[in-house]
Amino acid sequence: MDMIRYMAALVAAGFLLVSTVGHAQDYPARTISVIVPFAAGGPTDTVTRLVAQSMARSLKQTVIVENVGGAGGTLGAARVAKAAADGYTLLLHHIGQATAPALYRKLPYDVLTDFEPIGLVTEVPMTLVTRKDFPARDFQELLSHVRRNAQKVSYGNAGLGSASHLCGMLFMSAIQTDLVTVPYKGTGPAMNDLLGGQIDLMCDQTTNTTGPIRSGKIKVYGVTTHSRVPSLPEVRTLSESGLPGFEVSVWHALYAPKGTPRPVIDRLVTALREALRDPLVKSRFAELGTEPVAEAKVSPDTLRTFLKSEVDRWGPIIRKAGVYAD
Amino acid sequence: MELVEHIGIGLTSALTFQNLLYCFIGVVLGTMVGILPGLGPVATIAMLLPATFALPPVAALIMLAGIYYGAQYGGSTTAILINLPGESSSVVTALDGYQMARQGRAGVALATSAIGSFFAGTVATFLIMLFAPPLAELALKFGPAEYFSLMVLGLIASVVLAHGSLLKAIGIIILGLLIGLIGTDVTSGQQRFTFGVPELSDGLGFVTVAMGMFGIGEILANIEHEQTRTAVVAKITKLMPSKEDWKRIIGPILRGTTFGSILGILPGGGSLLSSFASYAIEKKISKNSSEFGKGAIEGVAAPESANNAGAQTSFIPMLTLGIPSNPVMALMVGAMIIQGIQPGPQVMSEQPALFWGIVVSMWIGNLFLLVLNLPLIGMWVRMLTVPYHLLFPAVLVFCGIGVFSLNNSEFDIYGMALFGIIGYVFTKLECEPAPMMLGFILGQMMEEYLRRAMTLSRGDPMVFLTRPISAGMLIVAAIAILAVALPALRKTREVAFQE
Repeated sequence: MDMIRYMAALVAAGFLLVSTVGHAQDYPARTISVIVPFAAGGPTDTVTRLVAQSMARSLKQTVIVENVGGAGGTLGAARVAKAAADGYTLLLHHIGQATAPALYRKLPYDVLTDFEPIGLVTEVPMTLVTRKDFPARDFQELLSHVRRNAQKVSYGNAGLGSASHLCGMLFMSAIQTDLVTVPYKGTGPAMNDLLGGQIDLMCDQTTNTTGPIRSGKIKVYGVTTHSRVPSLPEVRTLSESGLPGFEVSVWHALYAPKGTPRPVIDRLVTALREALRDPLVKSRFAELGTEPVAEAKVSPDTLRTFLKSEVDRWGPIIRKAGVYAD
Repeated sequence: MELVEHIGIGLTSALTFQNLLYCFIGVVLGTMVGILPGLGPVATIAMLLPATFALPPVAALIMLAGIYYGAQYGGSTTAILINLPGESSSVVTALDGYQMARQGRAGVALATSAIGSFFAGTVATFLIMLFAPPLAELALKFGPAEYFSLMVLGLIASVVLAHGSLLKAIGIIILGLLIGLIGTDVTSGQQRFTFGVPELSDGLGFVTVAMGMFGIGEILANIEHEQTRTAVVAKITKLMPSKEDWKRIIGPILRGTTFGSILGILPGGGSLLSSFASYAIEKKISKNSSEFGKGAIEGVAAPESANNAGAQTSFIPMLTLGIPSNPVMALMVGAMIIQGIQPGPQVMSEQPALFWGIVVSMWIGNLFLLVLNLPLIGMWVRMLTVPYHLLFPAVLVFCGIGVFSLNNSEFDIYGMALFGIIGYVFTKLECEPAPMMLGFILGQMMEEYLRRAMTLSRGDPMVFLTRPISAGMLIVAAIAILAVALPALRKTREVAFQE
């Protein structure tokens, strides 16, 4: 029975956590746990489970995924920041790692100095979508309609600090128009209301929008990436359509606690690269409407620079909007 | 015909080996927890929730549904045989069922209960098939204003229909609403009642509260009573009801099924309310009303049909609107979200195999239960000999593991323990935990929908009255309040719930 196997795994994990710490040379000598700072079943959890499974094969060790949800991912991240820096506790977090310093005034860790970056995993593109009877044929019409009716056009998001919230803030600041913001608890209920025509506009990950776009239940006006998305080749980027430099993606990355020995980090970088080359991971990512990042981006230095640039980029936007999550 | 097509989709999905297996596991577990006092379907489903992540969505939901309606069958067994209702919805069954057992008619009572449940289950399954599609269609027109008004109606209905003191019912629901306010406000990001504890910033978990109130609370209350186990379980000789019995049970089964189906759909309804209400009605209208309480077969047939019908039709608002009408349904919503399915009117059109698979599996599950409960009854009764000093600690451990595994956080275990104590205090004060859970769940949703409706209407509260569906529901809610306020009607309510 699954329940029993599940419990056995929990108990085993417990014993392994208290066993002795090995040396960096024999890494990995025991089970590695990757903490996902969100509930089981969400997109970040799915991405992590796929990558963890494949990394386990490469590391020849069991890699278990632990969901430590709560407080916008900061509880899980805090746990990893305080964990032993031995490479047996890792964090897989998304763009929220870069926005937390601006959203949370009392963050118990520093995202830039309390973690050792390992590498980027994937950058999930976002799409600007509307209810299916929205009166605009293309992005230009959408813009002029939105500007004329700013007080009537509603923009849904999945809650404070969510990717759809960030994308919306960026969009409103790019078109210099404030829309009626309607927050939801999670992307599912927001999408339900978009499908039901209760709200007009949303910017959400392809993971959630590709299905309804293809079945014609919502309309799409652009993708938020640098270049077009393979799964939606006919959709223009917002840059192409007249918002130059409008780029948002829900990027995911892997981290270790500060002070993890270099050889351990190197071993993990290799394993992550191998996992992202895995055809199974690639095909499952494609089903989710995304793809692994280019191999060059799977490096601690790239991630360190990128994280810094994202922290610097979102900080002013969030502070300008005056939103805090605590 | 569309209905045939839907049944076809459902059969294809429900009849796979895996889904049949999980349906079977579900109903066996359900019967088990139904028989064991102190462990109900809410605690069981909550404990298994994290484990269902490993299963495909259809199998997971089929199993969890099976636990719920399976418990309705199991609960009646102990109620009849040893006057110990395994489930709260079987409390009334014990009144006449146990008397029948003492008169040597235990077998007939058990058979009546199983036959009534099976009939009601079959009818309820068809009702879901008939009414779910048009309801989902209607639900697509629901905006925040309609959802808000529907929940207002639901909460008021659950106050009106709760048995016992009206004041207590209101108090309990408000307590639930207040507990539901803990956490981050969705619109402004403000923290409420979190006292700087980061673990509270997402609010209290539903499973934490439910497992504490229903699991731990029940165990605490049970330990207190000296377990007087009637070792002499009534011998079951004859199972089939006689011709005379059949004549007497047909009416009650039909009426019980009807009331159960209607009450099950109402928010706050479900099996408990259904069984109480139908027993009261039967007692009023039956020719043999003088026999009630002394072993009237009608007193077994009606509530047993009603509780099973109610258990099944309570799936309708959950599956079509995404609104849980009772704590079990709230857990089912949780199970769907864990599987990445957003409950709501879209489920039926986007996941037909899931939707119709669950519905058809309910009928198959009822068939399993009929077999499990009639010929195999002796086996289940023997389960009652498991000593409590072994059972209770095991349940506590499972509750602990279950609640821990949701967030891997020990905070939730402390939370559960605290709510266990609150649940125990509730039983001492004769307060029902179910309305509190309803307030806890619906309160948060109501606030969200209220503010969303107001945001979209740019602050105009008239939106609740200018939209016809919303206005209609608010009017019904107002009538319900008036009804309770009128002295004449209040008396009837008190009489109806006296059982």
